[in-house]
Amino acid sequence: MALFSKKSKVVLNDPLMNNNPITLQVLGICSALAVTVKMDTAVVMTLAVVAVLSVSNTVIAMLRNFIPSKVRIIVQLAVIASLVILTDQILQAYMYDISKQLSVFVGLIITNCIVMGRAEAFAMQNPPGKSFLDGLGNGLGYGMILIAVSFFRELLGSGTVFGFQIIPDSFYAAGYENMGLMVLSPGAFIILGLIVWVQRIVAKIEED
Amino acid sequence: MEHYISLLTKAVFVENILLAYFLGMCSFLAISKKVDTSIGLGLAVTFVLTITAPANWAIHHYFLQKGALSWAGFPNVDLSFLNFIVFIAVIAAMVQLVEMIMDRFSSTLYHNLGIFLPLIAVNCSILGGSLFLVERDYTFIESTVFGFGSGLGWFLAIASMASIRYRLRYSNVPAKLRGLGITMLLTGLLSMAFMAFSGIDL
Repeated sequence: MALFSKKSKVVLNDPLMNNNPITLQVLGICSALAVTVKMDTAVVMTLAVVAVLSVSNTVIAMLRNFIPSKVRIIVQLAVIASLVILTDQILQAYMYDISKQLSVFVGLIITNCIVMGRAEAFAMQNPPGKSFLDGLGNGLGYGMILIAVSFFRELLGSGTVFGFQIIPDSFYAAGYENMGLMVLSPGAFIILGLIVWVQRIVAKIEED
Repeated sequence: MEHYISLLTKAVFVENILLAYFLGMCSFLAISKKVDTSIGLGLAVTFVLTITAPANWAIHHYFLQKGALSWAGFPNVDLSFLNFIVFIAVIAAMVQLVEMIMDRFSSTLYHNLGIFLPLIAVNCSILGGSLFLVERDYTFIESTVFGFGSGLGWFLAIASMASIRYRLRYSNVPAKLRGLGITMLLTGLLSMAFMAFSGIDL
C-alpha cells in the first residue's frame, strides 16, 4: 500500500509548514478569522473543514476522469456544497450551541478558497488516496493556524483557554485587565499578521 | 426611510462585511496590489451583491423556508437545508447572466469588469451576504439595502487598502513581513479605524 510511503508523507506534511494554506498559499482566510474568538469554535470549525476538504478531494479525484473540463467548476461546487450541507446538518443535530455560534461560517466553507483551490490544483490530477492525504494535510495546516490565532485571542481577550480561566484572579485584583481589542476583529488581523511574520522567519521564505 | 438609511450606514461602516466579518478576504488580499483593478472588482462586487441579495431572499422566502411552499399545497415542507446549494447556484447563474447582459449592452463596462466577474462567484462576501439576510430575517427591501451597503463597504475597504499598499512601496518593511504579513497588520489598523464608526446610530 503506497499510502504511507515517503512521498505521501511529503504530501501530508508539506501543507503543515512549508506550504501552509493560510500563511503561504493565502487561501481560506475568510472563515479563518471570524471563528477564532473562542478556541472551541475554532476546533469545531477545523474539524468541519478537515472533513469537507479530505472527502471532497477524494470524491473529486475519483470523478476526475469523468468530469468534462468545461463544467468542472460547477461539478466541484456541487460536490463541495453537498458535503457542507451534510456537515451543517450533523453540527445542528449534535452540537447545536456551537453551530449557532458558527452561524453562517459553516455555510461559507463552500466558498472557502482552500476547498476549491485544492480540488482544482491537486485532486484533478492525482489519484484518490493521495488526494485524501492532501486534503487532510491542508485541512490540518489550516486548523493549526486557526487554533493558534484563537489561542492568543482567547487568552489575551478573555483570560481563558477552552473556557477555563488561566489568568489567576490575583492578577485581576492587582489591576490586570483583559485586552478588549483581541475580542474584536482588529485583534484577529493583527495576530494573524504576526503569526505570518514568525512563520516566514522560521520557514525562511521571502516574498517580494 | 430612516430605518433604511440607518441599515445602509450600518452595513457600510459599522458592520463592514470585510473588516468586521472577514468575508471576501481571499480576493481582497490578492487583488489589492493595484488601485484600478481593486476599484473594478469593488464595483463588480457591489453590483452582484445588490442583485443576488434580493434574488436569494425571494427564493428563500417563496420556496425554501419552512411552510413557504404552502401556495403549492405543501404547507409542511421545510427545504431550508437546501439553502447553501441553491444560493451558490443562484449566485453562479446571476454572475453568468450579468456577464452576458453586460457584454451585449455595454462593452466598456464589460471590458472593465468582465475579467473579475467569474472570480466573484466564489467570493465569500456574496454568499455571506445571502446567508446573513436569512439569519437576520430581513424583508425584501431591507435585504436589497443590505446587499448594496455590504457591497459598498467592501468596495471602500479594498479601494483604501489598495491605495495604502501603493504608498507602502516606498517604505522600508522588514523582509519577512512583506506581502501577506504587513497587509494583515494594515487591515487590522484599517478595521480599527472603521470601529470608530460603531455607536453611530441614525
